[in-house]
Amino acid sequence: MSETPAIELRGINKSFGPVHANKNIDLVVKKGSIHGIVGENGAGKSTLMSILYGFYHADDGDILVNGKKVTIADSKAAIGMGIGMVHQHFMLVDNFTVLENVVLGAEDSAMLAGGLDRARIELKRLEEEYELRVDPDALIQDLPVGLQQRVEILKALYRSAEVLILDEPTGVLTPPEADHLFKILEVLKKEGKTILLITHKLREIMAATDSVSVMRRGEMVATRETQNTSMEELAELMVGRSVLLRVDKKPAVPAEPVMEVENLCVTDQRGVQVVKDVSFSVRAGEIVGIAGVSGNGQSELLETLSGIRRATQGRLKINGETIDLGTSTLDAADMRARSMGHVPEDRHRMGLINSFSEYENSILGYHRDPAYSSGLLMNIAAIKENAVAEIGKYDIRPPNPMLKTASFSGGNQQKIVLAREIERDPEVLLVGQPTRGVDIGAIEFIHSRLVELRDAGKGILLVSVELDEIRALADRILVMFDGRIVGERGANADEGELGLLMAGVEDNAKMSVEGDVR
Amino acid sequence: MFETLILILDSTVRLSTPLLLACLAGLYSERSGVVDIGLEGKMLGAAFGAGAVAYVTANAWLGLLAGIGVSVALGLLHGFASISNRGNQIVSGVAINFLAAGLTALLGQTWFRQGGRTPALPEGGRFRDIAWPYAEQLREIPVIGPLYSELLSGHNILVYAGFLAVPLTWWVLFRTRFGLRLRAVGENPAAVDTAGISVAWLRYRAVIACGILCGFAGAYLSIAQGAGFGVNMTAGKGFIALAALIFAKWRPANAMFACLLFGFLDAVSIRMQGQEVPGIGEIPVQFFQALPYILTVILLAGFIGKAVPPKAAGIPYLKERS
Amino acid sequence: MSAGQLPRWVDYGLIPFVNLAAAFLVSGLVVVLIGENPLEAVRILLWGSLGYGEGIGFTLFYATNFIFTGLAVAVAFHAGLFNIGGEGQAYVGGLGVTFACLALDHIVPWYVTLPFAIVGSALMGAAWAFIPAWLQATRGSHVVITTIMFNFIASSLMVYLLNSALKKPGSMQPETRTFEAGGRLPFLNDVFPSFGFGYAPVNLSLFVALAACVLIWLLIWRTKLGFEIRSFGANATAAVYAGISPVRTIVITMLISGGLAGMMAINEIMGSQHRLLIDFVSGYGFVGIAVALMGRAHPVGIVLAAILFGMLYQGGAELSFEMPNITRDMIIVIQGLVILFAGALEHMFRPAITRLFTPSRALAAEEA
Repeated sequence: MSETPAIELRGINKSFGPVHANKNIDLVVKKGSIHGIVGENGAGKSTLMSILYGFYHADDGDILVNGKKVTIADSKAAIGMGIGMVHQHFMLVDNFTVLENVVLGAEDSAMLAGGLDRARIELKRLEEEYELRVDPDALIQDLPVGLQQRVEILKALYRSAEVLILDEPTGVLTPPEADHLFKILEVLKKEGKTILLITHKLREIMAATDSVSVMRRGEMVATRETQNTSMEELAELMVGRSVLLRVDKKPAVPAEPVMEVENLCVTDQRGVQVVKDVSFSVRAGEIVGIAGVSGNGQSELLETLSGIRRATQGRLKINGETIDLGTSTLDAADMRARSMGHVPEDRHRMGLINSFSEYENSILGYHRDPAYSSGLLMNIAAIKENAVAEIGKYDIRPPNPMLKTASFSGGNQQKIVLAREIERDPEVLLVGQPTRGVDIGAIEFIHSRLVELRDAGKGILLVSVELDEIRALADRILVMFDGRIVGERGANADEGELGLLMAGVEDNAKMSVEGDVR
Repeated sequence: MFETLILILDSTVRLSTPLLLACLAGLYSERSGVVDIGLEGKMLGAAFGAGAVAYVTANAWLGLLAGIGVSVALGLLHGFASISNRGNQIVSGVAINFLAAGLTALLGQTWFRQGGRTPALPEGGRFRDIAWPYAEQLREIPVIGPLYSELLSGHNILVYAGFLAVPLTWWVLFRTRFGLRLRAVGENPAAVDTAGISVAWLRYRAVIACGILCGFAGAYLSIAQGAGFGVNMTAGKGFIALAALIFAKWRPANAMFACLLFGFLDAVSIRMQGQEVPGIGEIPVQFFQALPYILTVILLAGFIGKAVPPKAAGIPYLKERS
Repeated sequence: MSAGQLPRWVDYGLIPFVNLAAAFLVSGLVVVLIGENPLEAVRILLWGSLGYGEGIGFTLFYATNFIFTGLAVAVAFHAGLFNIGGEGQAYVGGLGVTFACLALDHIVPWYVTLPFAIVGSALMGAAWAFIPAWLQATRGSHVVITTIMFNFIASSLMVYLLNSALKKPGSMQPETRTFEAGGRLPFLNDVFPSFGFGYAPVNLSLFVALAACVLIWLLIWRTKLGFEIRSFGANATAAVYAGISPVRTIVITMLISGGLAGMMAINEIMGSQHRLLIDFVSGYGFVGIAVALMGRAHPVGIVLAAILFGMLYQGGAELSFEMPNITRDMIIVIQGLVILFAGALEHMFRPAITRLFTPSRALAAEEA
């Protein structure tokens, strides 16, 4: 070891209440390299990086920057040591210009004018040096996410960051945008910057990094040179045993369609069309998977079908009824009445009310069901009885219906939602990101429940950004890109081919991204 | 007719000043993301502090200082509750209004024994009107004369301070580092935090700025416009200022126009009392009193433009746990 | 996720108690500042409010007002709405009571008038809450701001009406004529002479208030509508997911809230004043905020908090006789402190208390 590492962590520990998020973490990051950190959701990657960026304080352990032991009291200190961070959720002020966002916190003096002028010149220089073109006077809210991320990188470079941490940077990017990002990272590396890339996507690690460290349940389990490892090995390290995301299932025996969607168009609150003329059907006894990079209209599709969001046009045939979605005022309750269940993408924000007890959550959305009422009042005894039955059947732990759902683990929370939606025996089940932030054991359980439901002759529409999950579960795969369904493949579709579809038609996509800049 | 108009405009200026000072005060606080329905209480506290100290010291400037002191202290209490303890900002504002209403009357009675009022101010305890040069000589010139000598000249120093605070606030907000950060923290505090700036300290400074301006507003009532503190002398002016702030969509220049409009309505209502309007008859004075609130509700309903508050207003900042 | 839950008695008993204790401690300091003995003040206050029949009667009379306005604020709290307009809603609710009484008082006995007065006051209070509710639900105009505006509009409206259409002919006072027997609720002293409530205006509307508590408890915790209200208040996105209409929930909740505030007028107008007059609400609507916060938006808590504030009002009146330095404004100060400590500073003592009740590392093992 001749060269001093850019960053070295020794024995970092961090707990949030009872949760031990980081356990004795050691990490060495070489200067001028791209170092990946992989792990499942909740493995502690973001916490570790937040400690490095001074956002949280480690309970114990040492941080060494350029071989010197330092204390990083806050983000300001981290910035002072040349550490910059691009957060998963961009830290930008939407109604400020690019220039204002870049200087925020790094203004030269008490008066703005001088600092803004200097920043304009400096931005120009960075633009040329790193090929990071952005209009300095554009408002953030008018920029596409890819460019917003570029502003985040510029912010860090403007503060002369030598070490750049990127937290799940591709989650919101289209594949071409992601490719562009990796090119930028290569340029940065050539200029001598050190890059820490946090992700849970193994493909990106293999494509972009020099070395990689794997985290699992708050522990750092291994570090490898990227060229000496494989996706299989990393996957095994991530989950602690060899993963076969192969669900044990028989071939589907689909019958007649139970849900048909025709020419669906949806516009979001900003007036941007996010679902564009989408048509497809789901048959009884099959799982239709929708693959795609997050933010390509899948969320809006699910929300529209489930009655949460309004469409601008389109028809939905379900339960023997044709609904004009452009004019329909049916809400989620009405859709449930038409035998449509919905496991939402985000259980914290939507699927559960975490300050409510488990038994109350077990009827959320079904509270008007006469089975849970006696006269004018709710029948609490019947509700609890039902909750206890579901807890047993889905092995929900701890088995206590009085507990608030906030105190259940991610996997058990998801089981509560799943039990609620499946046990009402819907003809169609909409499922979004069923295993996000869920531990491996629960993933298998959830997958087999979905297959069981399929085998019982129900139709399932599955949206997931995890391609592996789609490939493991779906009998038919639709790929969404930029609000459209751009392709349909069978269950055993080639991974590379799906990846290409998810990226849209590559050249056109790039044009549209670049087009917004100029 | 012209004379009447000048008189109405003159009293518009006088009646708008406290609204304007309080409105700008609220602007600092709310732009930083701290909703402040305690403007009323801070004004009242300041009016009492100013009245009491000006009476005892016979010095208007010391009175003003005391008013600012009281108002800033209440502002810091609001900050402690809503910034440090992440309490509900509305609840905290309500509490401050109660505390100010109760304490001013209670201490006023204990200290001065005039039913909560402070005694009439001695000479020097009050800000006097300032006559501009040649105001008397120019009075007779048609149109310009009355405009100069009635409307521009002859107000006390706090009136001029109030109107100067408008460009000053604009400049602070849009031309200084502090202003940039203040606006940023009201929109996305996490962006400010990750840029290495303390969200809490920034918001505290906003709350202090709010307190200072509310101090001016309160002092204006008791030791400039009035000659002493009277129980509940703000009589809802803090809430009109809040309405004006919404009406102004949180912008300094708009705030001035909104306050002038509401002050004008007040001036007209006083003027119109008991007078017949041709073709309509007597318009009840209560109609004019309610008009600022009605207009604000109509604005809020989105029928005249849209009032979009700072995005983070009212939300306590908590570092999110990944 | 969140650390272990606190025992219920800590959450609903100890923490509110500590907050309240802090409020009263500071109140005591204010009394010291004024130069009086706080312990003596407490003694006078307790005696004045609970020490004899008439005092208790007054305490209960005030408490009746506070139960109504406290419930009003609490119902809205459950939907995540802050109805700060109880003052205006109660004021306008007075119109409903007055119309019923003026129309019926000379032809039917009070027990026939009462249902009309209840419906009238609730309808008028609800109507006054409707526009803010509707604007919040459909236009996103914040209900806090609009209800404040509506308090002032109500005040102007009522002053105007009492100076014109409603004014008793030939009178200079801005008030209606006094109601006949059919527009007056019996005083409890006449119903239960043995309690010795004396001249205290506590009247049968106390039972209306208690009935409202039971009904609101059933509504919030035992009905589908209540489930929807609480769902919407706790997580609006999840509520929409569950098929709960935000517009309907906001509007209905605010109508109930406004109706409850309006019913306060039964106690003041039909129960005590027997005529509609300027400013009869005199801050009781705002006290509802303190009562709801202190009672943690639960009817039982609200009854207890309402009685406590009733004691403060009645005992405070007594106090201002005995200690002229402590004017009735002291009550307003105490209210402010209660709102501050039980509301805005609600979380100040929580971390310390949580540490006290959470075995530090024991839970860590269980998580994995």
